[in-house]
Amino acid sequence: MLTDLLGFPPQVLFGQLLLGLINGAFYAVLSLGLAVIFGLLNIVNFAHGALYMLGAFAALAAAKWLGISYWGALIIAPIVVGAFGIVIERLLLRRLAGVDHLYGLLLTFGLALVIEGTFVKLFGSSGMPYSTPASLQGGVNLGFMFLPWYRGWVVVASLAVCLATWLLFERTKIGAYLRAGTENPKLLQAFGVNVPLLTTLAYGYGVALAAFAGVLAAPITQVNPLMGSNLIIVVFAVVVIGGMGSIVGAVVTGLAMGVIEGLTKVFWPEASATVIFVVMAIVLVLRPAGLFGKAS
Amino acid sequence: MNTKIAYLIAIGLLLVAPLAIYPVFLMKLLCFALFASAFNLILGFGGLLSFGHAAFFGGAAYVTGHALKVWGLPTELGILVGAAVAGLLGLAIGSLAIRRQGIYFAMITLAMAQMVYFLFVSSDFTGGENGLQGVPRGKALGFIDLQDNLSMYYFVLAIFVIGYFVISRTVNSPFGQVLSAIRDNEARATSLGYDVDRYKLLAFVLSATLAGVAGGTKTVVFQLASLTDAHWHMSGEVVLMTLLGGLGTIPGPAVGAGIIITLQNYLASGPLGAWVPVVLGVIFVICVLAFRRGVVGELREVIRKSF
Repeated sequence: MLTDLLGFPPQVLFGQLLLGLINGAFYAVLSLGLAVIFGLLNIVNFAHGALYMLGAFAALAAAKWLGISYWGALIIAPIVVGAFGIVIERLLLRRLAGVDHLYGLLLTFGLALVIEGTFVKLFGSSGMPYSTPASLQGGVNLGFMFLPWYRGWVVVASLAVCLATWLLFERTKIGAYLRAGTENPKLLQAFGVNVPLLTTLAYGYGVALAAFAGVLAAPITQVNPLMGSNLIIVVFAVVVIGGMGSIVGAVVTGLAMGVIEGLTKVFWPEASATVIFVVMAIVLVLRPAGLFGKAS
Repeated sequence: MNTKIAYLIAIGLLLVAPLAIYPVFLMKLLCFALFASAFNLILGFGGLLSFGHAAFFGGAAYVTGHALKVWGLPTELGILVGAAVAGLLGLAIGSLAIRRQGIYFAMITLAMAQMVYFLFVSSDFTGGENGLQGVPRGKALGFIDLQDNLSMYYFVLAIFVIGYFVISRTVNSPFGQVLSAIRDNEARATSLGYDVDRYKLLAFVLSATLAGVAGGTKTVVFQLASLTDAHWHMSGEVVLMTLLGGLGTIPGPAVGAGIIITLQNYLASGPLGAWVPVVLGVIFVICVLAFRRGVVGELREVIRKSF
């Protein structure tokens, strides 16, 4: 009988597996954005968690004041927050070209403090609900578990966005420029490509990905000014595990870490908050360059 | 010569300071000045950005608190035990983190410190959300009652001066010279035959241990160890203090700590109390964009140019 799998009822096991997949999907989209930004700017975007939170707030504000539905928000929030990212890049990050990469991390850390601090002051640190769109309420009983439509949708939408990003980078002309810019920006500029513009767009795109994840998360986690602040540290660990070299690597590592975290919740709940950090430590011992990284 | 005079004046001022300023505030300032100076050892002189120093500061804060409250150790010994545990933690985290460079070093230390933080949240000896309260201050050297704020102040001042001296001696020693060489050009230092990783790790452990001294002393002063001490905001604050005061200058971090602690105290009592993180973030951005040498670095530049 399949009633008890490894001593756990399948509903519990598969339920946590699904939750793990959802978290993994967020890790994948966020670490993908970090990788895109790192590729062209050589900056680790500490503000990524704060921008993810802004995405969720943008959806909430759009619904409240403009009556924009979830589906509209899914398009508009990434555009608005991505535009905000472009402003950040042009006004602030641009000035750090040529100085040590660490300053980029410090600057974006400062930005994260400003953004999150402002939102905590304005909205308090408790969550605000954002309702699941009507068309995705309810779910389906798969026999071994209950699958809420919305949760399935989150996984599908995240994977679709990752796939679109992969296609953009690997199959289009602008993607070829972006990859060339990661390899050798000076040479690319010598060929007459506008590298500063490309850099701005890359930052905007990475930020838009974070905002997209924020909108997806809004109905699940509630909208909270600090929703991204601890998440970003886990995503950093995921990035260390996978390396920021490849899109596929970021996605696979993100999903895998989410699933591992979900399974740990079943088998050893106390360890679930730290398991990803433990995996990171093990990877650093066995394969310091990361699972998909090239040894430098 | 000039620096000697400056240090004598500084110590003289610190000796008489409690006559004019509330001693508990001064003690807090000294603890954070030591913390930032210890941190600067690894960032300013080793060129490694650790985003996990809260683990050492907070870890030692808890261990010292536990040693004094539960084991009833003498105050000095309690602080030393805390510092030793911070050093061991530094050894564990450091030996993982030095496997990667630059930006990855920062992410690894941050992640490991977050793991330590979660362990503190869930373990019993830290008292969870309440923290360790009512830690006894005890007696210094067995006979000076530290319950008195003025005695406590001179005890903390002594610890700070010793810690500061250790840091300044380390920076000016052959070890410190090699460390700076590694910071400036790692490949070259390797080719000259230095075991780069060992230097980095030793510097990291030393920095963690001294951060632990600061954390343990802070517990004795406030008779409290809490999750705030180990939270990553604390790691960020110590980066800010060091950056603001002047990376890679010996007195800079202490100056930066002085400015930030004074600012926090000033803001906390006013209408801007809830805006402290935002203010710190804005200072961060300004420092990085326009003020990378920090207060002491800029002052030195002005002096150098005008003479």
